[in-house]
Amino acid sequence: MIGELGLFALVLALVLALMQAALPLAGAHRGQRQWMAVARPAAVGQLLMLALSLAALATAFLQNDFSLAYVAENSNTALPWYYRLTAVWGAHEGSLLLWAVVLGSWSVAVAAWSRQLPEIFVARVLGVMGLVSVGFLAFTLLTSNPFERLTPVPAEGRDLNPLLQDPGMIAHPPMLYMGYVGFSVAFAFAIAALLGGRLDAAWARWSRPWTTAAWVFLTLGISIGSWWAYYELGWGGWWFWDPVENASFMPWLTGTALIHSLSVTEKRGAFRGWTVLLAIVTFSLSLLGTFLVRSGVLTSVHSFATDPARGAFILGLLILVVGGSLVLYAWRAPRLAAGGSFGLVSREMALLLNNALLCVAAATVLIGTLYPLALDAFGLGKVSVGPPYFEAVFVPLMLPLLAMMGIGSLVRWKRHAAGPLARTLLPAATATLCAGLASLWWLGEVPPLAALGLALSVWIAWTSVQAVADRVRGRRRRWQALRTTPRSVWGMALAHFGLAVFAAGVTVVSTLDLERDVRLAPGESIEAAGYTWTLQSVRSTEGPNYSAERGEITVNRDGRTVATLYPEERVYRMQSNPMTEAGINAGLFRDFYVALGERRADGSWTVRIQLKPLVRWIWLGTLFMALGGGLAITDPRYRRLTERARLGAEAPA
Amino acid sequence: MISLRWLMTALLILAVAATAFGKGDDPFADPEREARFRHIAQELRCLVCQGESILDSNADLAKDMRAKVRELMREGRSDEAIRRYMTERYGDFVLFRPPLKPATWVLWFAPALLGITAVGVALVIARRRSDRHPQVLSPEEHDRLRRLLDDENDQI
Repeated sequence: MIGELGLFALVLALVLALMQAALPLAGAHRGQRQWMAVARPAAVGQLLMLALSLAALATAFLQNDFSLAYVAENSNTALPWYYRLTAVWGAHEGSLLLWAVVLGSWSVAVAAWSRQLPEIFVARVLGVMGLVSVGFLAFTLLTSNPFERLTPVPAEGRDLNPLLQDPGMIAHPPMLYMGYVGFSVAFAFAIAALLGGRLDAAWARWSRPWTTAAWVFLTLGISIGSWWAYYELGWGGWWFWDPVENASFMPWLTGTALIHSLSVTEKRGAFRGWTVLLAIVTFSLSLLGTFLVRSGVLTSVHSFATDPARGAFILGLLILVVGGSLVLYAWRAPRLAAGGSFGLVSREMALLLNNALLCVAAATVLIGTLYPLALDAFGLGKVSVGPPYFEAVFVPLMLPLLAMMGIGSLVRWKRHAAGPLARTLLPAATATLCAGLASLWWLGEVPPLAALGLALSVWIAWTSVQAVADRVRGRRRRWQALRTTPRSVWGMALAHFGLAVFAAGVTVVSTLDLERDVRLAPGESIEAAGYTWTLQSVRSTEGPNYSAERGEITVNRDGRTVATLYPEERVYRMQSNPMTEAGINAGLFRDFYVALGERRADGSWTVRIQLKPLVRWIWLGTLFMALGGGLAITDPRYRRLTERARLGAEAPA
Repeated sequence: MISLRWLMTALLILAVAATAFGKGDDPFADPEREARFRHIAQELRCLVCQGESILDSNADLAKDMRAKVRELMREGRSDEAIRRYMTERYGDFVLFRPPLKPATWVLWFAPALLGITAVGVALVIARRRSDRHPQVLSPEEHDRLRRLLDDENDQI
C-alpha cells in the first residue's frame, strides 16, 4: 500500500513538473501572464508530491517492508532505525529520489525568494528547473523505480553496505546533492537570461547569492565526505582522487570560478558570456558527476549501484542538456556587449587568471578521470590514473593560483598602478618570505615544496586579513569603518583565510605525518614519534548487526597517557567482509590514528599506527570557506539592489 | 609425463605459497627499508578492489602482492625492477602513476598545454580590453573618476 502511494505521488510530481516546465516557458514566450503564474504553485505542488514520495519510502524502510525490492536490498531488521532511515539514499533508486526532492526544494526556494525579480524572468527560471526535474523524474520512473515490488517477499533484507552504516551517511549525500543540484539554479538563471536576451549586471546580482549558496553546500558536502572517508575507510587518507570524488570536485572547481566571474559581471559588467558559459559548464559537470557515479562506467569504492541501461539514459539526458544549452549560447552570446575595460594590473585581470587556472584544473581532473575510460573503450589498453598522477599535475596548477589569490584580494578594480600595489603587498610578501625560510630552517628536512606551501598559506592568510584591515587603517572612526564593512568583504576574507588554513593542513599532514605498520601482541609496546604505543588488549564484542574484535591501545608520553584508542575489526553478519574501524584521538594540532590489521597465528596483530599533524586544519579550513560563503550571501546589498533592479526592469539592458 | 608435470606444478605452487605466506607481509625492521616499501606499494593498484593501493587494501590479493614486493626487495631488486615485474604480470593497469608512452601523451601533456593556452588567452583578452579607451582624461574628469572608483572599490 505504502509503495503504491509513493509511486503515485512520484507520478503526480512528474505531471506537475511537466506543467512547471511547459506553461511558464510558453507563457514567457507569448507574454501570457496566467501561464507564467503557474510556475510557483506548480513548483510547490511538485515538492509536496516529492516529499510525500520520499516519506513513503522512508516509512517502508522503518517498517521493514521487504516487499519493496529496494528496501529488501538495502535494509535489515537488525539495522538500527536511524540507519534504516539513511538507507533511503543508500543506493541508486533512493539517491535519485533524493536528487529530485532536493531539486524541488531549490525550485520552491527560488519561487519564495524571487518576489523582487521580474515575473517573466522567474517564469523562465522555474520553467528551466521544471525541465531538469522532468528529465530526472522520467529517469527515476522508467529505469530506477524505488517502489518496485519483490515477489516472493523475503523474510529478511540484505542489509545496508557496512561502509554506509555511519553518521556520515546522514549528512554527506544530502549536503552533496544540495550543492550539485543547487547549481541548477545558476544554470536556470543563465538559460533564462539567454532566452530573454538579458544578460547584465542585474542578472549577475540576482544569480550570485544562489550560486554561492550551492557552492557552500557543495563545499560542506565534499568535506564531510572527506572526513568520513578519513575515519571510516581505515587507512587515514582524506582524499583519494577516486573518480567519484573527482566527479564532485570538478563542479566545485568550476563553481568556484563561477562565483569569481559573477563578481566581475556584477561589479564591472564584464565577462558576461564567459559567466553564462561557466554556469552551464558547472551544472553540466554536476550532471556528469551523477552520470559517472550512477551509470557504472566507473569501478571504484563508491559505485554501489551499476546498470548500463541507466547509463545510456543519463548520457542522453546529459547530451540534451549540454547540447541544448550550448546551441542556445552560440545563438545568443554574439549579441552580448563587452563590459568595461581594465588594465593589466587590476582585479579583473586577477580574477581572469583565477578563472583560467581553476578551469584548467577542472579540465585536468576531467582528463584524468575520463582518459582511462576512453582508452579502455577504444581498446587502446588499460591504465590507472591515481593519486601520483593527480598530485603531479594538480599541484603545479594550484601554486600560481594561491599566489594570485593574495594579489586578487587587495588589487583594485579597473586599474591599479604597479608601484602602489607593490607597496600594499610588501608586508605580506615579507611575512611570506620569512615563513618560507623559517619552515625550511626549523623543520629541517622538509622538501622545498612543503616550505613553499606553508609560505603561500601565510601569504593568503595575511592578505585576507589585510583585505579587511586596510578598510579600517587610517580611518578616524575605526569601529565604524569595521562595522560598515560589507558582509561580502568579510565573507571573502573568511573564505580565503579558510583556504590558507586548509593549505597549511594539507602541506603539513602530507609531509610530516608518520605512518608505520607494526606487529604487536597484547601487552606489547612500540616507540614511535616520541610516543609509546601499547596494545593493552583485544576483546570480542557484539554490535547490533555485527561482531567485532575491539583493541585497546594507549599512547603514552613521559609516563602519562595522552590518548586511549579503540580500533575495531568488524564482521557484519549479512555481508561478511571484514571492515576496519579506526581508533582516532583528534586534536587541533595532531590526530593519533590506529587501525587493526589481521590476527597472526601467534596471537599478535598487525597494527597500523599513524600520527597526523594538523590534519584537522583541512576540515577546519573548508568550514571557514563555507562560513565565508554563507556570510557573503547574507549581505543586505543583494536584497536592496534587487529591488532597485526591479524598478529598472522595464528599461532595456 | 602428465603426472610429473602436475607434480612440478604442485611443488611450484607450494613454493610460491611458502614465500607468500612464510615471512610474507611482515614489516621490515629497518625504517628506511620500510619507507621504501611503502613508497612502492602506495603506487601499485590492488586489482580486485580497484580504487585502493596494495598498501591500503585488506584483500588477499593485495596481501600477496605486498609479500611479493617485500620478497623482491629482499632479493635486492631496484624500485624500477619491481615495478617492471608487476607490469609484466598485471599490465600498466597496476600502476597508479601511468607510464609515459604515446597512448598517455595526452594525459601527461594536456594539463601543461591547457594551462599555457588559458593563461595566454587571458593575457590576450586583457590586452585587448585595456586598449579600448586610450583617450586622455582632463584633471577634473580624473578626480571624478577616482571618487567613483573609490566607491566602487568599497564593494567586491
